[in-house]
Amino acid sequence: MSSQSLESKYTEEQYSEVDQYQPATRTGKIANYVDQRVGGTGMVREFGRKVFPDHWTFMFGEVALYSFVITVISGAFLTFWFDPSMASTRYDGAYVPLQGVEMSTAYATSLELSFDVRGGLFMRQLHHWAALMFIMAMAIHMLRVFFTGAFRKPRELNWVVGCTLLLAGLGAGFTGYSLPDEVLSGNGLRIIDGMLKAIPVVGTYISFFLFGGEFPGDEVIPRLYSLHIFIIPAVILILIAVHLFMVVTHKHTQYPGPGRTERNVVGYPIGPVYAAKAGGFFFVVFGVLALLAGTFQINALWNYGPYDPSPVQAGTQPDWYIGWFDGLLRLMPGYIGDIPLEFVLPTPWGGNSVATPVLVTFIPITALLLGLFVWPWIEAWITGDKKEHHILDRPRNVPGRTAFGMAMMIWYFVMWAAASSDLIATHFSLSFNDVLIWLRVLFFAGPILTFIITKRICLALQRKDREIVLHGNEAGVIEMLPHGEFREKHTRVSDYELYTLVSYESPEVTAARPNSRGKVGLLEKSRVTLNRTFFEDRVAPVSREEYIEALSHDDHGTAAELPAGSVGAIESKKN
Amino acid sequence: MKALSQKRRHPLAAVALLLLGLLLTGGLYAAATSINEAQASNAADVYSASDVEEGERLFVANCATCHGINAEGSDAGPSLIGSGAAAVDFQVGTGRMPMQMSGPQAQKKPAQFNDEQTMQLSAYVASLGSGPAVPAAEYLDVEEGNIARGGELFRINCAMCHNAAAAGGALTEGKYAPGLDGVESVHIYEAMVTGPQNMPEFTDANIPPEDKRDIIAFLKNNESQSAPGGFALGSLGPVSEGLLIWTLGLALLIGSMVWLTSRSS
Repeated sequence: MSSQSLESKYTEEQYSEVDQYQPATRTGKIANYVDQRVGGTGMVREFGRKVFPDHWTFMFGEVALYSFVITVISGAFLTFWFDPSMASTRYDGAYVPLQGVEMSTAYATSLELSFDVRGGLFMRQLHHWAALMFIMAMAIHMLRVFFTGAFRKPRELNWVVGCTLLLAGLGAGFTGYSLPDEVLSGNGLRIIDGMLKAIPVVGTYISFFLFGGEFPGDEVIPRLYSLHIFIIPAVILILIAVHLFMVVTHKHTQYPGPGRTERNVVGYPIGPVYAAKAGGFFFVVFGVLALLAGTFQINALWNYGPYDPSPVQAGTQPDWYIGWFDGLLRLMPGYIGDIPLEFVLPTPWGGNSVATPVLVTFIPITALLLGLFVWPWIEAWITGDKKEHHILDRPRNVPGRTAFGMAMMIWYFVMWAAASSDLIATHFSLSFNDVLIWLRVLFFAGPILTFIITKRICLALQRKDREIVLHGNEAGVIEMLPHGEFREKHTRVSDYELYTLVSYESPEVTAARPNSRGKVGLLEKSRVTLNRTFFEDRVAPVSREEYIEALSHDDHGTAAELPAGSVGAIESKKN
Repeated sequence: MKALSQKRRHPLAAVALLLLGLLLTGGLYAAATSINEAQASNAADVYSASDVEEGERLFVANCATCHGINAEGSDAGPSLIGSGAAAVDFQVGTGRMPMQMSGPQAQKKPAQFNDEQTMQLSAYVASLGSGPAVPAAEYLDVEEGNIARGGELFRINCAMCHNAAAAGGALTEGKYAPGLDGVESVHIYEAMVTGPQNMPEFTDANIPPEDKRDIIAFLKNNESQSAPGGFALGSLGPVSEGLLIWTLGLALLIGSMVWLTSRSS
């Protein structure tokens, strides 16, 4: 454990000492030789002493990084055999049920990879599982950052970089999903084509531009391949570099605890402990993915058959991260009663059809994605909080944000679940139509209910924390006093725990602030309304007076008899 | 020729022409549909009179409540006249009939009649009117079938409901297309030819018997081949894969994360 100082300065003497250093051992000589030419010491000195706090929830970002590296390694292997050509060929590989079937070269080489290349199927499955894990890890990492408030000043821009990384990940996943050119991915592309064409006026042009003509054409697979193996991974790599650079610049956030302040970071330095842990963790992630790839079949593309625009197969779904787009399309009705939602807009050149059922789905997509990007500024605007934050929030201590985040999660979850509405119906013996109707209800009611329930749960947990601070934990021991009274023993929490339970900021509702002309505008009014939903219901942290009062109720021990630390912790953190 | 050109403006010429046209289309249609019934058999050829008689007895005792005492149908069940032996063999042979309960569709269950009784019921229904017959053994011989061609036909005609790996799928209002693993070849054939429940009929004009055999060969191969990549997760595609990464994958990760950070501070 060490605290990190903000700056380190070396005197001229120290520098010359380094220059005159004579290594004694063989290894030392080699190391010194290299170091004098590469200058590794500076880097190790700078980065090796970076302190990272240890908590398992901080490791999802690492998982994302590692699974990305694994997709790159396994993907490089796949490129040696995969040929993204849409030229027609006749399959003559090892898989009997497709022998003699006409298909594109892309599909034929995907099959060759799966059945004729030694270890090819394993690498394909590793690549696919790693891709699923990459995006899952990013999503959970973002949830962790969101619910602990790690996106607040000064980390807003890094949050934006992270959001862009998530989008790039979705792009990488979808372009990869489409490459094998079987019926499943072809249907996915057809849906994207439909969504593009639904965009008024320019939609058809965009679609024709992407597909090089009418869908499916013979251009799209090579184009997606360029995007998938070159452009998108390059973007991801650059963004990862920026992301990590900013993490080093900002220093890592930490959970509240004794000795942890806004001006320090408590944890292990990278070298050697953390580097060993992180390096080892790479192999753990690799191992987990290899286990999945070796035991669980993923994307059995030989079942789907070569792409043909006519058939659509039951159970056609995108990979999980694209699921919510698909789910939205399923949720949105094409008719309300007998009235079709699609209509033709009369224009001088004969009329443009407006695909309302598809266009409406763009609203929640835009709301969620755009909301993700701008949330740090929205929250700062609502709370009026312009301070820097390096200590994380416990989610229960920010009921407003936690409830809002959960509401959005449930909203996403409903859209996501809608993508599997057919499988929900078959596997739980339900009517497909009923499943859809209930999901439509949940689409609107789910987030509202979740907001209310989550907020209540947060407040209840805060009250429980207060209870523990003031009265201690129930010891599970019933005492009988000499006069016959029965009482349950309570044990006071340790100073360490006490600090965590009481040392948090608990903002109160801020009144409307008039502008320069002394008026409260509409914008400010809406800010105050939102501010009120955030902070109106509030459980205040235990104050010093309350704590001393509570101690005096104990039979044994008053404030004076207790170690100074207990009360001191509260005083020092009182706002 | 001259007579024709003279008479062509006769007031009745249009009527004659119309009649001729109707006759022609009607005749063509009759010829075309009779191809579909090439498989239909006369009950007398295959089944003995005692089979029919015994079948009628079974029918009256077990089926007449819904299908009517003369199989003429009622509010509870359709008429079976002209359904043919294949329909009975499928419905009774897979246990769907007699129906356990009314619902969106009849469910598969252990067969309620033995092979002989099923045959007798088929004989009775076949005697009521011609319909698709139980297929000949040559069309069920999967050794003769072309798996690749069967796969192509399956993907074009069947996979939209039954899933590309024949794992089944959802239809509207609680109806569903069942998974096809473990279904006997003869029942697959009969289902195609009779279109039970919500399934469309695939007549011999639509998919010839040899092609049906190819489809059966593909399904039998699909059933017997193991999943090349490990556990197939129900062959349900990306949903079960996503579920696995969010459950087992995530659990393994969190487990190792907690382990790695367990000795901190």
